[in-house]
Amino acid sequence: LPLIAKMARDMTDKDILKMELEQLQKEVSTHRTAVSICYSIQPCKDPFLSAEDPLIKGVPEDKNPFKEKGGCIIS
Amino acid sequence: MLGRASSCDVTPAASAVSCVIRSFRGSLSPVGKINNNNSGPGERYLPRKMAAQEVQPSETIAKLKLESETLKTKLEEERAKLHDVELHQVAEKVEPLGQFVMKTRRTLKGHGNKVLCMDWCKDKRRIVSSSQDGKVIVWDAFTTNKEHAVTMPCTWVMACAYAPSGCAVACGGLDNKCSVYPLSLDKNENLAAKKKSVAMHTNYLSACSFTNSDMQILTSSGDGTCALWDVESGQLLQSFHGHAADVLCLDLAPSETGNTFVSGGCDKKANVWDMRTGQCIQSFETHESDINSVRYYPSGDAFASGSDDATCRLYDLRADREVAIYSKESIIFGASSVDFSLSGRLLFGGYNDYTINVWDVLKGTRVAILFGHENRVSTLRVSPDGTAFCSGSWDHTLRVWA
Repeated sequence: LPLIAKMARDMTDKDILKMELEQLQKEVSTHRTAVSICYSIQPCKDPFLSAEDPLIKGVPEDKNPFKEKGGCIIS
Repeated sequence: MLGRASSCDVTPAASAVSCVIRSFRGSLSPVGKINNNNSGPGERYLPRKMAAQEVQPSETIAKLKLESETLKTKLEEERAKLHDVELHQVAEKVEPLGQFVMKTRRTLKGHGNKVLCMDWCKDKRRIVSSSQDGKVIVWDAFTTNKEHAVTMPCTWVMACAYAPSGCAVACGGLDNKCSVYPLSLDKNENLAAKKKSVAMHTNYLSACSFTNSDMQILTSSGDGTCALWDVESGQLLQSFHGHAADVLCLDLAPSETGNTFVSGGCDKKANVWDMRTGQCIQSFETHESDINSVRYYPSGDAFASGSDDATCRLYDLRADREVAIYSKESIIFGASSVDFSLSGRLLFGGYNDYTINVWDVLKGTRVAILFGHENRVSTLRVSPDGTAFCSGSWDHTLRVWA
């Protein structure tokens, strides 16, 4: 038998509440950063490098194997 | 009831099929979608074994509930203090995206029933997919040829994953297991003969993923747990408890970020876990229904989710909060599967209304809708080098888009 402790479905209401309470107590003191700092975007460069994202910038037909069906693919 | 899905279901008749699916979520759960609108942490989706329940003085439970609610309020206050700006406001400075031309470049036909899951090989060309009919197929997406096919002993193979080496695939579903099949170069070899059973859950397998190597697999299950397994020995290395109902999805953090993963479940929660200790580090509960899909942002600092509440959301791990909701009044069907483009600027969402919506992650707007599938989109992954993405559907096909 796998070494798995009680599943949620086998726990009493009280057990589930205790589990959730313990988890909440831990989370209240999680370290958090302000959203503005998380996403501070420097004006001069593209921090998300979307310019290098093939699905955004597109790939020339001859370079993307998915764009052209047929022909030989030499591997 | 598990017969052919009507390909013309655009209406709430689709929810009738959804009822069939949900009846598998826990063998004890009633048929029919349950709206988990009940307040209070004691309300759960699955009934429990009544015999195990002790006689509880009602004030103890009430006290626990009160403490829980108080902490939740405090948690929200702490999070709100740092919610000093909206993501789309910060994103006003960012260049808008141009027009997109994305269309189906390949259609992979061969499954006899609903496609439930797919994964890319690291070689950016092979794909593994699994289906309700019990088949797992490995495709060469460039040529659309099928390279391998395995018939599982169960139907509803809800999970499949490619090994990092490209030499094996893992899959499972209603058999409650995750099995690994080494891929042979010999086309005539019977793959089923070399099958290795790795994970054993007590309910259906909903998702699986290899970690950084072929040696370990992470699984999630309808039994409400996630687990980490050693492939060679089948040994359970770590189990993860905290969800109050079926876990439907998981995603591993990008390796640079360290040993964590995120899971989403029928309890509407997305949990972030420490793989070494088994502890839940952070938990997010803002969705209004089941979370079907979770995916890390490329930097590992955030993750996206897709839910039956018809929204996708972005949660930032540093700010410890939801920072964006991707929704429209016109989108009323659930999102089954989400993935980011290479840079993380785009979020692709596959929906139960047969469409794929493409979102600008920063600005929060939809930039494209992709039509083509003739039934629900059930699974969606961007290729490892970001040049294309693949979607799988209940219409029995997979499509590669670029």
